Amino acid sequence: MSQRKKASASQSKSQQTNVNEDEMTLSQMTSSQVQRARENFSSVQIDRKVAEVVQFILVKDQKKIPVRRADIVKHVMKEYKVIYSEVMNRVRRTFEQVFGLKLEEIDTKNHIYILINKLEAGETVSMCPGNPKSGLLFVILSIIFMKGGVAKENLVWNTLKKLRVDSGEKHDEFSDVKKLVTDEFVRQKYLEYVKIPHTEPVEFEFRWGLRADIELSKLKLLEFVAELHDQDPQSWTQQFREASASESRT
Amino acid sequence: MSRPMGDSHRRFLQSMMSNGIIGASQAKALHKHCCETHGAHYAHDRLDEFIDVINTQLQPMFMNIRKGMSEEDGLQYYALVNMAETDVTRMASDYADNELELFRKTMDLIVDSESGSASSTDILNCADSLQTKKLKKKETEHVLNKFVQDKWLNEKHGEYTLSVRCIIEMEQYMRVIYQDLIKVCHVCHNIALQCQICENPRCGIKMHLPCVARYFKGRSEPHCPACNDFWPHEIPEILRSQSQGSQSLSSSAKENTAPTPSTSTTRRSKRS
Ligand SMILES: [Zn+2]
Ligand SMILES: [Zn+2]
Repeated sequence: MSQRKKASASQSKSQQTNVNEDEMTLSQMTSSQVQRARENFSSVQIDRKVAEVVQFILVKDQKKIPVRRADIVKHVMKEYKVIYSEVMNRVRRTFEQVFGLKLEEIDTKNHIYILINKLEAGETVSMCPGNPKSGLLFVILSIIFMKGGVAKENLVWNTLKKLRVDSGEKHDEFSDVKKLVTDEFVRQKYLEYVKIPHTEPVEFEFRWGLRADIELSKLKLLEFVAELHDQDPQSWTQQFREASASESRT
Repeated sequence: MSRPMGDSHRRFLQSMMSNGIIGASQAKALHKHCCETHGAHYAHDRLDEFIDVINTQLQPMFMNIRKGMSEEDGLQYYALVNMAETDVTRMASDYADNELELFRKTMDLIVDSESGSASSTDILNCADSLQTKKLKKKETEHVLNKFVQDKWLNEKHGEYTLSVRCIIEMEQYMRVIYQDLIKVCHVCHNIALQCQICENPRCGIKMHLPCVARYFKGRSEPHCPACNDFWPHEIPEILRSQSQGSQSLSSSAKENTAPTPSTSTTRRSKRS
């Protein structure tokens, strides 16, 4: 059975058993079982559950925290988990039709979701530009992009230092800069912060996170950098090619 | 029979979600911006109908965009309200238990007071006797700052008042737990905290300061609108911004900058 295969494959990763247990109970149900389970809930109850899941995800999203399916089941869905798919389909529809947001699964193995703005044109809401934190993040993403997709930690800290943001000191606006960058931005999936293998002492590097890939236009970013340098974006051949390519993909 | 929701409505809602609350003139500018961005029909006097379309869709989610008046400047505001949680627990995802307890105590102090405000000294005293977990002086000041930043409280010269956002969102809750302690304004019928009170003991109606200013404007001898006794308080001036109010759209739009704060970068790249 496919469930058994899945379970044995993940045996080595014990911290994931929770997620997989939920997944198994969900996928083991036959359609007639789902049908019978569904009859236990009135449509008013299901409406209410949809609303609770929507609110739960919205609260997480306001803080840019990705939502795990296991958390939705544990904290909101509870005994409704037998009709998980039906509730989630309606949640998805609500996000698209009412809020103009798309619930995107960014990690299909561990089932992790974030909300993406579906409305085109205009400013993105989440990268609120007046916000100093967004400004800092934008600068770091620019450094990584201009370095070809990966930047060593030291390079990032040194560049920030030139902009008078010192990762070793307490900053007025950001307080603990290092924590903000390597913890908060990483948790929000804007950045990846990974150990470089075989380094002694250990060194780290930054890459773009999944949310940055989805939410940011590389072309806009390149235009911004070009304007700072008073140059044409096309003078960075490689970056321009990548930016145009990613633009045509979306 | 509800009108369908378009992208202009969705953009308006997204902006409400990231701002929590916006002033009426800002809401008008945002309405225009959203309609123009998505090529939707724009009628400047149809903001409330535009919001009704959104509210019809929001209702099943127990959410609502609600209008309310600021007790300070008498201006209208729009807030996105979560109706599933009526009390202070709506703030629970942002604050610790003892911080919420401090907020409840602050609210008690404000509702109990004549002035509709609580001094920082009184609040600091409360913080010392919290049941959940005491807050030190420094911590209390920090939390109070956060309440102000998140637009739950206003602060002026060490006096704290409930913000318009707090009153719009928690009106129902306040009416339930404070019952008779809560009075409404004789003019606008909203909860009245910062206000003037009729001194006739058999009357005692309350009026917001901006409502007093508007009500007695141009009258030589102010009398209580309920009992007709002489109104003994100083009549405040109508604030300039208040008198411009809703009718003069162009001037209020000029006062406010773009509805969604946009960077110099996006602006620049769009215009170039
Ligand atoms: Zn009033
Ligand atoms: Zn009276």
